[in-house]
Formats: sequence, C-alpha cells, structure tokens
Amino acid sequence: MSELTSVIRPETSERTQTVRVSRIAWKVVMYTLLVVLSLSFLFPLLWMLSTSVKDTAQTYHVPPIWIPWPMRFQNYPEAMVAQPFGLFFLNTLKYALFSAVGAVLSSSLVAYGFSRIRWKGRDVLFFLCLCTMMIPFQVRMIPLYLVFRDLHWLNGYNPLIVPTFLGSAYYIFLLRQFFMSIPHELSEAARIDGAGEAMIFWRVILPLAKPALAVVALFQMIDAWNDFLGPLIYLNQPDMYPVSLGLQRFQGQFVEKLAWPYLMAASTVVILPVVIVFFFAQRTFIEGIAVSGIKG
Amino acid sequence: MSLGATPTVAPRGFRLSNAARNQILGLLFVSPWLIGLLAFTAYPIVASVYYSFTVYNVIQPPRFVGLQNYANMIAQDPTIPIVLYNTIYMVVLGLPAAIVVSFLLAALLNNPMVARPVFRTIFFLPAIVPVVAVSMVWLWLYNPNYGLINASLAAMGAQVIPWLSSPSLAKLSLILIGVWSQGTTIVIFLAALQDVPRELYDAARVDGANGIHRFFHITIPMCTPSVLFVLITGMIGWFQYFTIPYIMTQGGPMQSTNVYSYYLYQNAFTFFKMGYASAMAWILFLIIVTFSFLAFRSSGRWVYYAGG
Repeated sequence: MSELTSVIRPETSERTQTVRVSRIAWKVVMYTLLVVLSLSFLFPLLWMLSTSVKDTAQTYHVPPIWIPWPMRFQNYPEAMVAQPFGLFFLNTLKYALFSAVGAVLSSSLVAYGFSRIRWKGRDVLFFLCLCTMMIPFQVRMIPLYLVFRDLHWLNGYNPLIVPTFLGSAYYIFLLRQFFMSIPHELSEAARIDGAGEAMIFWRVILPLAKPALAVVALFQMIDAWNDFLGPLIYLNQPDMYPVSLGLQRFQGQFVEKLAWPYLMAASTVVILPVVIVFFFAQRTFIEGIAVSGIKG
Repeated sequence: MSLGATPTVAPRGFRLSNAARNQILGLLFVSPWLIGLLAFTAYPIVASVYYSFTVYNVIQPPRFVGLQNYANMIAQDPTIPIVLYNTIYMVVLGLPAAIVVSFLLAALLNNPMVARPVFRTIFFLPAIVPVVAVSMVWLWLYNPNYGLINASLAAMGAQVIPWLSSPSLAKLSLILIGVWSQGTTIVIFLAALQDVPRELYDAARVDGANGIHRFFHITIPMCTPSVLFVLITGMIGWFQYFTIPYIMTQGGPMQSTNVYSYYLYQNAFTFFKMGYASAMAWILFLIIVTFSFLAFRSSGRWVYYAGG
C-alpha cells in the first residue's frame, strides 16, 4: 500500500502514467476511509458534547439533534454541584500526583539496580519481577483488602498510593530498557571523578532519563485518574471518592429531569484533564507505548 | 562494568571488594521493590492460597474446609459455567476483533499522508478516556429509545436494536466498546509497521509481488512479534474485564454479561464469601497461565523473528 508512492521515477512511459492514476485513486480511497473512520471513532465523544448542552426537550427529540439551539451551558455548573465534584477532583488530583511521584522515584531506583550495577542474583530477581506481571490483581485483591483493613488504611488513599512507592513491575521494565541504552562510559567517567553510585544515579542517569521518567509519570497519572476497581474496594465514604467513583455515584442517583445532559456534562469534565494532558504530551505517550510494544 | 580498571576510590578504614560493594548497592537500589514484593505480592499470594481453603465471611475467623471451595466451583455453582462461557466468549471474539481492526487501522495510518498525527490522535483518543466516562457515554448511545443509534433508526422507521437489553446482543455491544477503545494497540502496531525494512518491499516488488502479496507475505509476518505481545497482554486484560459490565449491565440481562471477574468481585465484596472468591482468583490465574502458555507454545509456528 504505502510503497505505491515510492514509485515516483522520472519516466514518461505509459506505465508511469497508469501508476500515477492508480496512485491518485488510492489517495482518494485512503483519505475517504480515514475521514469516515475518524468520524466513527469520534462520534461517541461528539454525541457526549452535544448532549451536554441540551435541555430536556432536545435530549429526547426524535430524530436526534446534533447541534442543539439554544445551548444550555448551565448544565455544567448544575451537574458539578449535584455531587461534590470539586472534592472528587481534589481527591483524584492528590492520588494522581502522589502516585506519579512514587512510581517515578521507586521504579527508577529499582531499574537502576537492575541495569547499571552488576550483582549476584540480579537477573533472577528481574525475571521474577517480570513474572509478577502475570498475576491478576484478583489474586492479591482480597488479602490486600484485609491487610489494609487491619492497618486501618481503608477509606483513605494509603492503599492506593503507598504501593506505588515500592515500584511497579511494568515501569521498572520500561525504565530498565532505557537505562541499559545509556553508555557505561558516562558512569565510568563519573566514578573516576569520585562519584558514588547514588551520585551517578541522581546526577548522571536521571537527567539523561527524563523522557522515560516523563512516560512513567504520565502513565501513572492517567492510570490513577482512570482507576476504578482500587477505589471501589478501598473507599466507602463519598467524600473520599475520586472522580471515577463520583461519576458512577452520580449515575446511580439519576433522578433529575436533565439526567443525561448532566451526566454527559460531568463526563466531559472528567475526560477533559486527561485529553488536555494527552495533547500536550502526545509524543511522550506514543513513544512510551511504542517502546513497550516492540521491546516487549 | 569493569570496575577493576578504576582502583582510585579508597574508602576510609575498611575496604570491601568491588564485588561485595556492588552486591550491597544492587540490593539497596532494588530494596523498594523487594519490600513491595514481600508485603504486597508474596504475602497476599500465600494468604490467598490459605483463604481459598477456608470459608471466610470477614466477620467470623476463617474456617478451614480443604478443597471444598474448589469442589463447589466445579460441581455445585451453576453460575461458574455461565461466567466462564461469557469470559471466554469475550476473549475469543473480542480480542481477535480488536487486533484485526487495530492492525488494519495502523496499516492505513502507515501510508504516506498529510496530517497523520491528527488521524492517529483521533484513533488513539478513546483509549485514554476514563473507563467510567466510556461507560456513561455508551450507556447513553445504546439507550433503547433516545440513544443516538436507536433514535436515528426509529426516525427512519427502521427496527431499533436492543443493544444491552437482549441477552444475545449484549456481549457483542460490549465488545464493540472494547474495539473502539483499542488505541494503545493501534500505536503498538503502527510502531511495528514503521520498523519493517523498506528493502524487503523493494525486493518483493522486483520479484513482481503486488500490494496484497506484500501485505500478506511481508507486512504481516514482520509484525507478528507485536501481535504476540498484544495477544498476551490483551488476553490478560479481557480475563480481568470488570469495570464496564459492573457499571453498564451489572452482568445482565439474564447473566449474559456476567463475566468471571465481575462474579468474583460479587462473591468477595457483595456476598462476603472471601474464601470462595480466593479460590476463584486462583482458577483465574491458572486459566490465564494456560492461555498464555498456549499462545507462547504456538508462537513458534506463526511468529517471525527477523533477528533469528
């Protein structure tokens, strides 16, 4: 498919003519396909946006209205106060930021130990680390719940944040891949200058690994923002809820007349921060995923 | 690391050999993970094995019953075959559907084009939408009377589709959402496609292979390692599929979307049968290991490693 275009040779034969025509035909097909498919991927989100500014009559109109007029922007503030969404956002922000700090700090330390220092048993332990990724959360879920109950950590963010400070196999794997690509001469030079291992980690490796650290921070923040099962198990008082549980609770109460527009407005607000972060950090995201997929 | 070449660092009174020093340092650096492994993985695993041999309702202390939970799962509980069937249905149908669609979209994106980042972003976007919001949006889309699809169909005088209210359709409706939010897979495949050496295509063209030949004999084989990766991670993901059925269907209608992880969660945190749920978790683990093992075993036959 893609290679069709590389057949641009400065020839004037009939064959080149045919190739050019079929090339243009392919371009037309390709862009048509892309536009149709893009629209079909976007339409659930566009429909969400459209519903979020509708009034009751517009919401239940058949055939459906895509662009409601007048738009009812009050849905947003009204939805936000129907549940304490401000609180939910603060809770989620706390979870996202602290867990990202935890993931970056711990996983980079551990990845350093698994890649830049040679010691006995290292590769066996790293293999074990990879193996833990195979264990479904469901296996650990019940004992973890009971442990956190006995620690009186339930209904707080400790069960969700503290484990991130103890490394996560996936991030350790990602960072180890990156650390291994940093030339050893850099460490050697620092060592000759008298730097210890901690200094090399902090002053040489971490600054070079900034792009990879950004990937880990981003992935963890998005993960925390989306997390549902963890909060569902560990949190039981609504004032501790993150946005994910808050949105679900909102759906559960479903009594207002403008229920769907409110729900879509609230969904839009919950999605927005993630989408904004994604737009600003697209490259980091895409490269992080691509690396994990290829090297995995 | 050749530390032998740098005998410059001579610490205070005592001297550890470099090997001993590295041993200590290495363990120090990985110690956060070691602590986490012991506290949040190893202990829970051991405890979970123990609980799976008990009856435990959280209030009274666990009572040892041997293999009874496992026996009940196999012989007594009529819901287990249903959730197993539903879960395997999702894996067998949903995962290949997601892989094929993602691969075709990635192949399309791999063509030279203007505005590729824009299209890539659009296809990827659903993957980062929080799953609760995804559920809300699709609940509304699938609304039997006023959802976009059925309202449009009704307006055209066509038959409406019972997306989530028909037991035979509900699983497929959920799979469609899964396919929609496979952006990560698209990105992985696109990266793999861009890694295929151009010389291979040129050589094939010289040999007279057309576009379709090249797609099936070069593009697909060269991407099989990524397919294996997506297959295994996707399988693990679908076996733990929980949030969308929890929010959208609560396992209904008529148990048609009651999947394994949802039933496990119910046993643990709705019925407080912690012992039984632990046994279910171990069976889930065995199923995942078996499926991953089969995927790896078969991979010799269909995965092509260019590096050898």
